[in-house]
Amino acid sequence: MAIAIPQFKRVYVWELAVRFFHWLTVFSMIALIITGFVIANPPAINSHAEAVQSYWFGYVRLIHFATAYILIANVLFRIYWAFAGNRFARWDVFLPLNRKAWANILHVLRVDILLMKDKKHRLSNISIGHNRLAAFAYFIMFLIFIVQAATGLALIADNSSWWFPKMFKWVVPLLGGDIAVRYVHHLFTWLFLIFITVHVYLVLYHDYVEARGEASSMISGYKFVRSERIDNNTE
Amino acid sequence: MKTLTPAREETFYESIINKGYSRRDFLKFATYMAAFMGLEHTMVGQLVKTMETKKRIPVIWEHFQECTGCSESFIRSDHPLVADVILDTISLDYTDTLMAAAGHNAEAAKQQSMKENYGKYILIVEGAVPTKDGGVYCTIAGRTAIEVLKESAAGAAAIITFGSCSSWGGVQAASPNPTGSVPVDAIIKDKPIIKVPGCPPIPEVMTGVVLHYAMFGTIPELDALGRPKQFYGKRVHDSCYRRPYFDAGLFAESFDSEEAKKGYCLYKLGCRGPVTYNACGFMEWNNGLSYPIKSGYPCIGCAENNFWDNGPFYERLENVPGMGIEATADKIGKVVLGAAAGGAALHAIATNLLKHNELKHNKREGVANEQHLQDQ
Repeated sequence: MAIAIPQFKRVYVWELAVRFFHWLTVFSMIALIITGFVIANPPAINSHAEAVQSYWFGYVRLIHFATAYILIANVLFRIYWAFAGNRFARWDVFLPLNRKAWANILHVLRVDILLMKDKKHRLSNISIGHNRLAAFAYFIMFLIFIVQAATGLALIADNSSWWFPKMFKWVVPLLGGDIAVRYVHHLFTWLFLIFITVHVYLVLYHDYVEARGEASSMISGYKFVRSERIDNNTE
Repeated sequence: MKTLTPAREETFYESIINKGYSRRDFLKFATYMAAFMGLEHTMVGQLVKTMETKKRIPVIWEHFQECTGCSESFIRSDHPLVADVILDTISLDYTDTLMAAAGHNAEAAKQQSMKENYGKYILIVEGAVPTKDGGVYCTIAGRTAIEVLKESAAGAAAIITFGSCSSWGGVQAASPNPTGSVPVDAIIKDKPIIKVPGCPPIPEVMTGVVLHYAMFGTIPELDALGRPKQFYGKRVHDSCYRRPYFDAGLFAESFDSEEAKKGYCLYKLGCRGPVTYNACGFMEWNNGLSYPIKSGYPCIGCAENNFWDNGPFYERLENVPGMGIEATADKIGKVVLGAAAGGAALHAIATNLLKHNELKHNKREGVANEQHLQDQ
């Protein structure tokens, strides 16, 4: 049984900076979501100790605030990298601004989301970096992150002596008061949880169907690309 | 013996001396006022000078859609005594619930004062203003509240809104807001407005804000929502005497629990202290006797915008507006997250069925390569 066995080449897709951003985001988001839900509804660990001997809730809040600043710094760094990084990390990947991007989004919607048959199989339809639908979803997540950061900073502004959170005080009159700000901050946490669920599933899906190192690429930085797509003359 | 001058021509000092108080009493009063307004002791001299030279400030107090609870609160002001405020420092020319005159006489007194003191008087507003159906849901002397408010605001130097109704809309503006009630700042745009929210506000805070304007003729420093910072600069939570229990993670789980009796933090019983700006924690009520949290009752956030609609009061997370009762963010979040996870599971099953050929193709390639491994 003779079958044509395709050749793959290793392509450096995710630079170290991108991978660092990704995993720091993962760990800080997990910490923020857990501490966030604890702050919203603290578990009953009532002891008969005097309050002066205990500070666990204060520490949970401290972890939440400190991690939030780490994540904000991380995102600011990623914005810089959107201008300094390679072609897969650049800002224009995340915005479907041309016909090609929309064609790719349509392709991903048909073939990967609705699982329709890929009739005219074209290699160029297989994304090397982000597919353009995923990239656009990350842009939406970026906007959601800005809302989450702005509401969080607005809530802490009055307890902070730093100018940075005070820059976000305008969010409170915009939403009408602290109650509304806190509410939005809580509600948006769920959007992150839903994003994580869908994102992890689709990574596993692509890895399973395409079998070219989708999941491990965020660790090693490399993806495997069909050798026909690589110009062999530029050795 | 000094000749008595008409009330609104007098300075503060003259009005006090004319009543038979000594200069020593006057200085004590000035010192007390300074402390009360949160001023440095070095400011007392300036305050004395102001009171010696400044004329008493005329005040018009309008009542619209309200329960008069703010007036009730105001007349219980102990520090300073409300009598001192009304009689010595301001000239309260119109307030239809407290004044002796009634009917046409009262309205005439108001019109006269507004004419004589055009551009100089303070307008105090208590209660929200209905706008629906031409504003017919609140009329005074046959005129709508909107009309009355616009007329009295026209000549005001500044407006002070007493209570959550005139500051935010209050209970009238709560969903579904049948009369289209709005706060004062939705109607009057061209005057400085000092919001003194609360349901009711703390009496000493009300008199403190009036005195600040009466003494200095300036608006106190306001926050982004228009509230004076000296009284609304802190959350109830930040000045709460139960705060150590919060930081220690010691919470009362129910009203009848041992923890509630011990005075643990009321956060889990829906306390709105962490999102409410007010002076309850340090000024307290009834002459500094107590305030809700001190009495074992969680703050309901009565000084915050839209607090009536942010219920239930005894739960941490409010219902999502427009989603029916018992629809908290967490319930909605769980449903959507479950749908996402379920959708992913279904998609995974469908992938195995619909991508069968691709998966088989990959496997064939992989197995063929496996059989050609050389260095085994």
